[in-house]
Amino acid sequence: MAIQLEVPPEAAAPSVPDKAQKPRNKPGGWKLAIKRDWRLYTLLALPLLYFAIFRYLPMAGNVIAFRQFQPGGSIFGEKWVGLKYVTLFINDPSFWQAFQNTIILGVLTLLFCFPMPIIFALMLNELRSQKFKKFVQTVAYLPHFMSVVIIAGMILQNFSMTGTVNQIANTLFGTTMNFTQDASWFRPMYISSEVWQTMGWGAILYLAALTRVDESLYEAARIDGANRWQQTWHVTLPAIRPTIITLLILNIGTFMAVGFEKILLIYNPLNYETSDVISTYLYRVGLESSNFSYAAAIGMFESVIGLTLILSANAISRRVTGTSLW
Amino acid sequence: MNGALLNRQAKKDTGVLLKDMKESRGMKAFRIFNLAFLLVVVFLTVYPFLNIIAQSFSSEGFINSGQVNLFPRGFNVETYKLILADSTFWNNYGNTVLYTVVATAISMVLTTTFAYAIAKKDLKGRSFFIGIAVFTMFFNGGLIPNYVLISSLGMRDSIWAVVLPNAISVFNLLIMKSFFENMPRELEEAAAIDGLTQYGVLFRVVLPLSKAIVATMVLFYAVANWNSWFQAFLYLDKPELFPVTIYLRNMIAGASNTASAGSTVENVGQIAANIQSVTIVLTVIPILCVYPFVQKYFFSGIMLGSVKE
Repeated sequence: MAIQLEVPPEAAAPSVPDKAQKPRNKPGGWKLAIKRDWRLYTLLALPLLYFAIFRYLPMAGNVIAFRQFQPGGSIFGEKWVGLKYVTLFINDPSFWQAFQNTIILGVLTLLFCFPMPIIFALMLNELRSQKFKKFVQTVAYLPHFMSVVIIAGMILQNFSMTGTVNQIANTLFGTTMNFTQDASWFRPMYISSEVWQTMGWGAILYLAALTRVDESLYEAARIDGANRWQQTWHVTLPAIRPTIITLLILNIGTFMAVGFEKILLIYNPLNYETSDVISTYLYRVGLESSNFSYAAAIGMFESVIGLTLILSANAISRRVTGTSLW
Repeated sequence: MNGALLNRQAKKDTGVLLKDMKESRGMKAFRIFNLAFLLVVVFLTVYPFLNIIAQSFSSEGFINSGQVNLFPRGFNVETYKLILADSTFWNNYGNTVLYTVVATAISMVLTTTFAYAIAKKDLKGRSFFIGIAVFTMFFNGGLIPNYVLISSLGMRDSIWAVVLPNAISVFNLLIMKSFFENMPRELEEAAAIDGLTQYGVLFRVVLPLSKAIVATMVLFYAVANWNSWFQAFLYLDKPELFPVTIYLRNMIAGASNTASAGSTVENVGQIAANIQSVTIVLTVIPILCVYPFVQKYFFSGIMLGSVKE
C-alpha cells in the first residue's frame, strides 16, 4: 500500500529514465496504469478484438465436438451429445488410416526436412567466395516465396507420366512410373518436394547463427590442432545448438499439421491409402460431407496432440539442454 | 600462388602452416565437392521454374511427348494470347491485387499498434497481452470451428472472409515487437517531454524511424496474401470473386474455366499442361519482380527477429 501511494507523483512525470524506479511501477494498480497509459490500451483494443473473434472464439467453438451442430444454428451447437463424436472417430478405420499416415509423414518430414537446412547452411558457410554464397542463397530461397498452388502445379507436372522425373527414370531404368496415382510413390514424392521447398529458407536462421560464432574459437581450435572437420564438430555445431534446438521444438510442434494445403492440392482418391492425413480427412468429412461436429472432434484431437507435443518437447529441452521457447 | 600465401602465413605461425599443408589435399577435395554439390542444389532449385517457362512457350505436342526440358520446343505464344484475352483471368488477377492491398493494410495497422504497445516494458498487463498472442501460435480453433464462425458472421462470398481471419501473423508481430524494443528509449522520452502523447510518439517519432521494419512487414504480408488461396477456396463461391490462385487451382484440379476456350483442340487434356504453365508464369511475375527486395528485406527482418540476446 505504501508503495502504491508513492507512485502518483512519478506518473505525473513519466519521463524519469531511472531504472531503479522501474520495479516500483509494477505493484501500481490498474487504475493508475490505465490513467497513465490509456492511449496504449486503446492501441491494443482492435488487435485484441481480432484475437478474441478470429482466434479464441473458434477455440471455444470446439465445443461442437460434444454438441449436436446444425448448419445455420448457433456456432456452439444445439444440444449436448457427450462423447458421441469422439467414440465415432475412435471406431473409424479411415481415421486411423489418416492418423497413421500423419505420423509417418511427420516422422519422415522431421527426418529429412529438419537436418537438410543445417547441412546446407554448414556447406554454404564453407564457401570462400561471398558472391557465390549470396547467389546460392538467393536462388535457394525462391521456392519459399511461391504460392503452394504453384508448387503443387510444378510437382504434378514434374512427376507426371511425361514429366522430368519420369524422363530420368526412363533413361536410367527404362521404365516409367505413375507417380501421382500410385499410393506407394506418394511419400517419396511428398518428402522430396518438401525438401526442395524448405531447404534454402530453413537455412536462414542457421546462417544468421553462424555469422555470430566467435572467430577466436576457431583460432584456438586450430592451435589445438583441430582439422576443419573437428572444428565444425567441436566449435560450429555447439555454437548453433540453441538455434537447432529451438527449431526442433517448433518443428515437433507442427508435427501433426503436415503440409495440409499442399496435400489437399496434390493428392487424389487413388493414393488416399498413403496420402490422406488427419487434416485432409477432417476436411472431407467436415466440409465436403457436412459432418461438422464429427470433424470438429477430429480436429480437436489433432490440436491437442500438437499442443501436447510442443509442450513436452519444450519441457524436455529445458531440462536436458537448458534451451526452451519460453 | 597458394605457396606464396602459405609462406606469408608461415612467417606468422609455423604451427598453423604445418596443419594447413597436411590437410590441403583433403581440403581441396572437399572444396571441390562442396562447390559441385551447391551447384547441383542451385540447378535443382531453378530447374522446375525454367521448365515451367519453357513449357509455357512450347507447343502441346512436344510437352505431351515429354520433350520439353530447359528450352521451349515448337515455340508458341498462342496460349499467352488466349489467357491474356480471358476476362475471367483479368478479373481474378484484379481481385488478387485488391485482396493483397486491403489485407496488407489491415494487417499492418493491427500488427503495428499491438507490437508498439507490447514493446513498452512498463505497460501493465504486458506479459498477459503477449501471452494471448503467443498462445495462438501453438493452439488454434481448427478448420471446422473457423469455418462455422466465418459462415455465421455472414462473411461468405465477401472480401472480409479473405482479408480478416489471418490479419495478424504472430511471428511478424514478435519481430516488430523486438524492433520497437530495441529503439532508443531516450528518443521517445525526449518526445514525451516535448509534449507528444503516446499517439504522437508512435506516429511522429517511432514510425518515421521504423521504415526498414515497416517495409519488411509490408513485404511479408503482401507476399503471403498474394500467394494465399485456401481462405478464398473455402469461403468464396462466386467465380467473379476468386483470386488468381483459385483460377490456377481450378486449372490444376482439371476444372479449368479456360478449357472451353481451347476446346477447338481435340483433346482438352493435351493443352492443359501448357495453359497451366502460362498461368503459373503470369501469376509468379509480380513475385519475381519484388523478389530481389523481398529476399533482402526478409533476410534482415528475420535477423532482427532472431538476434535478440
